[in-house]
Amino acid sequence: MPAVTTVSAPLRTGLSPAGRRRAAGLLLLLPALVALTLFFLLPMLSILLDSVTDPEPGLANYVSLFTDGYTLRVLGRTLLVALLVTVAGLVLAYPYAYLMTLAGPALRAVMVTVVLVPFWTSMLARNFAWMVLMQDGGVVQGFFRLLGLGEVTLLGTTTAVTISMTQVLLPFMVLPMFSVMQQIDRRLLLAGQSLGASPFGSFRKVFFPLSLPGVAAGASLVFVLALGFYVTPALLGSPQSALIAQVISVRTRDLLDFGGGGAMGVFVLVVTLAVLGASRRLTGPGAAVGAAHVMAGGDR
Amino acid sequence: MRPRLWLKIVGMLVGLFLTVPTLVVLPMSFSSARTFRFPPEGWTLEWYERLFTSPEWTTAILNSLQVGLVTTALATVLGTAAAIGVTRLGERGRGFAVGFLLSPIIIPNILIALVIFSAFLRLGMTGSLFGIALAHTALALPFVVIAVTARLQGMDPALQKAGGSLGAAPFAVFRKITLPLALPGVLSGAVLAFVISFDEVVISLFLQSPTALTLPVQMFNSVTVQIDPTISAASSLMVLVVSVPILLAQVIGARRRNAGRQR
Repeated sequence: MPAVTTVSAPLRTGLSPAGRRRAAGLLLLLPALVALTLFFLLPMLSILLDSVTDPEPGLANYVSLFTDGYTLRVLGRTLLVALLVTVAGLVLAYPYAYLMTLAGPALRAVMVTVVLVPFWTSMLARNFAWMVLMQDGGVVQGFFRLLGLGEVTLLGTTTAVTISMTQVLLPFMVLPMFSVMQQIDRRLLLAGQSLGASPFGSFRKVFFPLSLPGVAAGASLVFVLALGFYVTPALLGSPQSALIAQVISVRTRDLLDFGGGGAMGVFVLVVTLAVLGASRRLTGPGAAVGAAHVMAGGDR
Repeated sequence: MRPRLWLKIVGMLVGLFLTVPTLVVLPMSFSSARTFRFPPEGWTLEWYERLFTSPEWTTAILNSLQVGLVTTALATVLGTAAAIGVTRLGERGRGFAVGFLLSPIIIPNILIALVIFSAFLRLGMTGSLFGIALAHTALALPFVVIAVTARLQGMDPALQKAGGSLGAAPFAVFRKITLPLALPGVLSGAVLAFVISFDEVVISLFLQSPTALTLPVQMFNSVTVQIDPTISAASSLMVLVVSVPILLAQVIGARRRNAGRQR
């Protein structure tokens, strides 16, 4: 019987085998596409609409982002924190990722685990830990005193938010870098050295340029994630040092101002897409996808 | 090439920076003080007792488990079907479908929370655990797709054709060949979906109500609304629930790769 149906099906539908394969593929895709459309795409479009119609049609919500005197400062602070987190992350992640490519299989497995475990460790647990460490009389304050920086109040400041966000987002920096560095052919470095370059020279002229796609992918990912970060600034910062995500939350959850909050959200989205688009130009889609595979536990 | 000593020291410091701060939650959870003083001065099991006996915490744990399981079921079924469906499309359709399926990864969570909150408010769906699970499904779907796709890419397409040419109906090919081969990817996708939902804060915070509080929201409120040291026990529990499956998956994966090499 099955053989009969497979033969008669194309006759009935008039589709070629390849066409039938495609139709089956679409059918399998359909539920996921419908779910994403309902719970992601349509709400997104509706907020976009709100941002230009609520309370009245026009671009007033966007204009006030830049003219109300408050939002612009918040946006500036958010961009600055995201930039600092990205730069600090680059400085910390590059040597670590480089070392991962040099390590033997056992040490490398340990180093990958050290990156992945915090990546998958509860966001709240990690931020709570930082709250404990950053409090007045806490460990980090003692550390700063040891360095001769005096008594610094950390909790509630942008410094505390920046330090914690750097740590929380570091895995997103290491993984794309590692995924690109791993594919660099080490014989190129040896070739450079045999042509007379010093070890550092061949690193600088051969390895470093080849690793840049990973650097760009990691940096753009961390920058974008930092822009929309809510939990860390909400727990470790204060309303006086609010970042954009906190303001969006207050505007929408407390004031139900979906026009104004939506305009801020759209602004964050536009910056996000611009940064990711630029980095994709620089790197191709490979680096980010490679990192996603490492995160999802696939081997690459 | 052997790495220089200073490079090794930097690597070790970065490794410590990644892991050590989080570990303070473990001793904190046994601290007898009512404040978050660290290091603790005395020891108690009071916070664990509260975590597992006081109704507000036990309800939150059960809510999170429910939301996590519903999300896992939905995201795994939809994501697996989609990943298999994608392989059957033409080049252009595939690029478009994958882009759309993965898009929730790159959108900041605060924005997803905002748009879903606004949509659910209109539909009267805020404050429902099922609503939270639906939102989490959109968030977890891309990770299931990635995990299953990675597995399918390593598969020989000739196997499916062979099944068909030997007279198996398309569904039999799917059930007997495609699905068993994709199973490890499906399982790791399911674990990821559960972990993502169980740990998600921002969307759950927007959609919360007194009857729809998940564990991360209860934890968030326990440091922002009132100071409740039970959060340290809850954090330790989260570290165990979330990290141990991932660690195990890593170890098993490494073993399997090693075994594969020796064969």
